[in-house]
Amino acid sequence: MTDRLAALGRFGLSAIASLGRSGRFLAGTLIGVPKPLTGLPLLARQIYSVGVLSLAIVVVSGLFIGMVLGLQGYTILSDFGSEAAIGQMIALTLVRELGPVVTALLFAGRAGSALTAEIGLMKTTEQLSSMEMMGVDPLRRVIAPRLWAGFIAMPILAVIFSVVGIWGGMLVGVEWLGVFDGAFWGNMQSSVDFVDDVINGVIKSVVFGFVCSWIAVYQGYDCVPTSAGISSATTKTVVYSSLAVLGLDFVLTAVMFGNF
Amino acid sequence: MDSSAFITLKDVVFSRAGRRIFDGVSLDIPKGRITAIMGPSGTGKTTLLRLIGGQLRPDSGRVVVAGQNVPALKRRDLYHLRERMGMLFQSGALFTDLSVFENVAFPLRVHTSLPEDMIRDVVLMKLEAVGLRGARDLMPAELSGGMTRRVALARSIALDPELIMYDEPFAGQDPIAMGVLVKLIRDLNSSMGLTSVLVSHDVPESLSICHYACIIADGKVIGQGTPDELQSHPSERVQQFLNGKPDGPVPFHYPAGDAGSDFGLAGGLV
Amino acid sequence: MANRTMEIIVGLFMIAGLAALLFLALQVSGLSPKPDSASYTLYAKFNDTGGLSPRGRVSMAGVTIGTVESISLDTDTFQARVVMSIDADINNIPADSAAVIRTSGLLGDQYIDVSVGGDMDSLKDGDTFYSTQSAMNLERLISNFASGL
Repeated sequence: MTDRLAALGRFGLSAIASLGRSGRFLAGTLIGVPKPLTGLPLLARQIYSVGVLSLAIVVVSGLFIGMVLGLQGYTILSDFGSEAAIGQMIALTLVRELGPVVTALLFAGRAGSALTAEIGLMKTTEQLSSMEMMGVDPLRRVIAPRLWAGFIAMPILAVIFSVVGIWGGMLVGVEWLGVFDGAFWGNMQSSVDFVDDVINGVIKSVVFGFVCSWIAVYQGYDCVPTSAGISSATTKTVVYSSLAVLGLDFVLTAVMFGNF
Repeated sequence: MDSSAFITLKDVVFSRAGRRIFDGVSLDIPKGRITAIMGPSGTGKTTLLRLIGGQLRPDSGRVVVAGQNVPALKRRDLYHLRERMGMLFQSGALFTDLSVFENVAFPLRVHTSLPEDMIRDVVLMKLEAVGLRGARDLMPAELSGGMTRRVALARSIALDPELIMYDEPFAGQDPIAMGVLVKLIRDLNSSMGLTSVLVSHDVPESLSICHYACIIADGKVIGQGTPDELQSHPSERVQQFLNGKPDGPVPFHYPAGDAGSDFGLAGGLV
Repeated sequence: MANRTMEIIVGLFMIAGLAALLFLALQVSGLSPKPDSASYTLYAKFNDTGGLSPRGRVSMAGVTIGTVESISLDTDTFQARVVMSIDADINNIPADSAAVIRTSGLLGDQYIDVSVGGDMDSLKDGDTFYSTQSAMNLERLISNFASGL
């Protein structure tokens, strides 16, 4: 019994210590913006690998999710004879929830795991150490561009996801099932508010982007430098990012949309 | 040692994960000479280099490099000091996403604002020094182990450092690559007047090039001096290490409990 | 140069993001590109606002002329106090107009309909509607109807 208590205590302490380490790591990364001349090309390269290369999976997922929403929405709403509200339903679901959340989950799986593995491997092969010994701070040179790239790419991906999803929903609802397209767009426009819905959705994805890339680069940087260490760090990235996104989504939703 | 010590370690104590790795190590590394630090595997020789480079901090004691106490340096000063050091990692630690040329150019691009054609000249000069000017467009994955280390060497001397540290430069190299590295280390030292610190457990190669050697075991310096002095060192442990005897003061058996109980013989070994 | 191509692709990626945001703004949320037009505030008191909610529509003859800003309880009269913001160009609502809470469709959203009066004076910023008609409560209506029989 005391053994278990002790183990629980140890686990709690190491969890708090790990949180503290990740906080210090974040501070070390963000303090001191990289030199603009060398920093921008590095940032562009990272936005490319984190954002542009995730575009395909985001577009395809967005399209299918939008189409499924169209089909499901139509079956349910046509029972009440209000299938014209389908546009409103699709747009609100995507812009407020599915856009930011699903994009963040895809991002964690596609880009976050790659980030962790890349940084973990750089650590294992002593590339980070050798950079330090060359008088270059790896936090600023390697970590900071990746963190910022995730932060910038995520909202862009989420917005593209929502647009493609709405287009997919329109494809199913208007083109196949014959909902009148004036009513489709009209209902959508009268119910979606730019600031309350669209901007709040973007804020959500900015938060998710930050948290996901933070977790990914931290797990890579903090991993045990062996192949088993990298694999467990990659798993942790996906698991922690997904949980963090879903948990934060609840909190953010409660704050943004909870007052009615 | 003489007063021209480039690096001085004084009573350095360092422990990691509850294990004491250094227990009061003191040593001087003279300027402009090759110093070999030898010892059995797992005695923290690489850790020693990291202490000198400021990547680790000792629990107590002083690590003085070029007159500056490394553990007490601020981040900015530490990074400045590191520009004057080069380190060759055991694995080479080349940046895998950059070509050989870009790897060598990396410190120049970060720390200097030289124009592109100057960088090109310097990089080719350094690659020429390690005999790999022709390999400049290869990627690190296309290099053999020995070539990787030579490129890494070219990279660590790109900024013309005053100190260069070699971490196990001979480990896992074939005899030819080893010969090349021995020659390079010696040439660099004599031509550029570098202070070189060499960490290794390859006794013959290390003793053949170093001016001064020091043997570490169990967290302490157990012997130091010129190679000749060491060969006639009175300590049994030094002799055991230098001559590679399997048993001696460093026991063949890892400390274990009574053999009889492990093998299930209740009355002990008969 | 490969670096250049990559930078251009990243630039296109960011433009695509901006375009998508613009699409969400214009086509999805129906934000009009013209700057936020000026508006003025009117008040109305209702006995029952039903399902009316902030951001609801205020319309006249079916045309949207403003939005519901907030709904609160007036603790003196125990009525609901609704704050509306009306587009500034609709500046000649007759002073004796009535604010009526209506439902769009049978189950749809509730909105405020301004039924036009005949007064020569018009409502100004900060004025309160003189007459109002509360939300039609379907349940109450049916029970009244049933007990009236």
